[in-house]
Amino acid sequence: MSERKGGNGFGIVVTFVVMFVFWILLSGIFDVLHVGAGIISCAIIAFVSHDLFVREGGLESRKFMRLLLYIPWELYQILLANLDVTYRVLHPSSFKRGRPDGSMFGVGPIDPVIIEFETTLRSDFALVTMANSITLTPGTITILVDPPIGKFWVHAIAKAPGDALLVDQTMQTKVAEVYDEK
Amino acid sequence: MVEIIGILVAIVTIFIALGVFFMITGVIGLIRFPDFYTRLHATGKCDTLGEILIIAGLLIYHVFIYSPGADITVQLVPVKLLFLIIFILLTNPVGTHALMKAGYTTGVKPWKVGNERM
Amino acid sequence: MIETSFFQEYVLLLTGVLIALTILVATYRAGIGPGVFNRVVAVNVIGTKTVVLLVVIGYFFERPYFFDLSLLYALLNFIGTLIFAKYLERGEIWSR
Repeated sequence: MSERKGGNGFGIVVTFVVMFVFWILLSGIFDVLHVGAGIISCAIIAFVSHDLFVREGGLESRKFMRLLLYIPWELYQILLANLDVTYRVLHPSSFKRGRPDGSMFGVGPIDPVIIEFETTLRSDFALVTMANSITLTPGTITILVDPPIGKFWVHAIAKAPGDALLVDQTMQTKVAEVYDEK
Repeated sequence: MVEIIGILVAIVTIFIALGVFFMITGVIGLIRFPDFYTRLHATGKCDTLGEILIIAGLLIYHVFIYSPGADITVQLVPVKLLFLIIFILLTNPVGTHALMKAGYTTGVKPWKVGNERM
Repeated sequence: MIETSFFQEYVLLLTGVLIALTILVATYRAGIGPGVFNRVVAVNVIGTKTVVLLVVIGYFFERPYFFDLSLLYALLNFIGTLIFAKYLERGEIWSR
């Protein structure tokens, strides 16, 4: 059992407060039965599993603020990703029968390729944010992550989005800037 | 007052129409693409955004039209919908990545241009 | 008092019918899909669309309990997909 930096009591109190706030917001009824049942349930769960929620290597507040500023850029990338997929799905490639891949409508402008590259990110939060961002960016999905050397295997749906990730490296610099890992 | 409600209903209808359009595109991609990995591309991205747009539209509808002058149980429903949006935004990409990792380490072959459809 | 019954009756009904049609199209991939991986993708898609369908039906019939159902089903769908992917990768769920 490793030692926790925040101590035992701090973890239990934070877990209990967060769960009780969830309970009140989801139910909205304030009589004695519901609030009492809420206090008992939240206390039991906070005792049993508080160390899954508050850990030693947690997130500092400065990094959290920078993460909140990073999220609008990511939502914009989600919109671009969906416009890209719509273009590739609804593209009317030629309607010939007897094509070599045997399909009736053709497949459109796709050309899949698997890429691998290394980054300088090492901590858990940074790797998870990077993997989620790659999945939500136009044309790429993460396949495997290797934590000791920070290596990503990525499946790209065409050459252009794969090159935007491999050559430009805008996303790696942005995530490294959020988490202070040059 | 009637004009404001009319404009709000138009905005909500636009949100819902865009959401349904993205969902239909996702399902067409599920049928049309030739390979397991490319089908995950189509559904993992289009389903997430389509869902977020539909639920966000219904959230705006609820806040402006149902809420004024009702009891607190009805007024707390937008919080539930907001939790649902955040949950879907965080967990759909993780599920997509888990399926793709299982396929890759088990040995499903990716599709190159000119191969058979699988 | 609420003058938007046009929206509630026609637009939500059309949305629900269109989402149900996309669920029907996704079952084609669940039936024909060579191998188990394509079928797992189709079932995940059906689960995701069920969540949205439950919210839309909750507004159409004016029953506020459907939102709790959709929140619960989103959780169950996510965990089911993760456990299925783990089983396909390792051949077992718990390793002793």
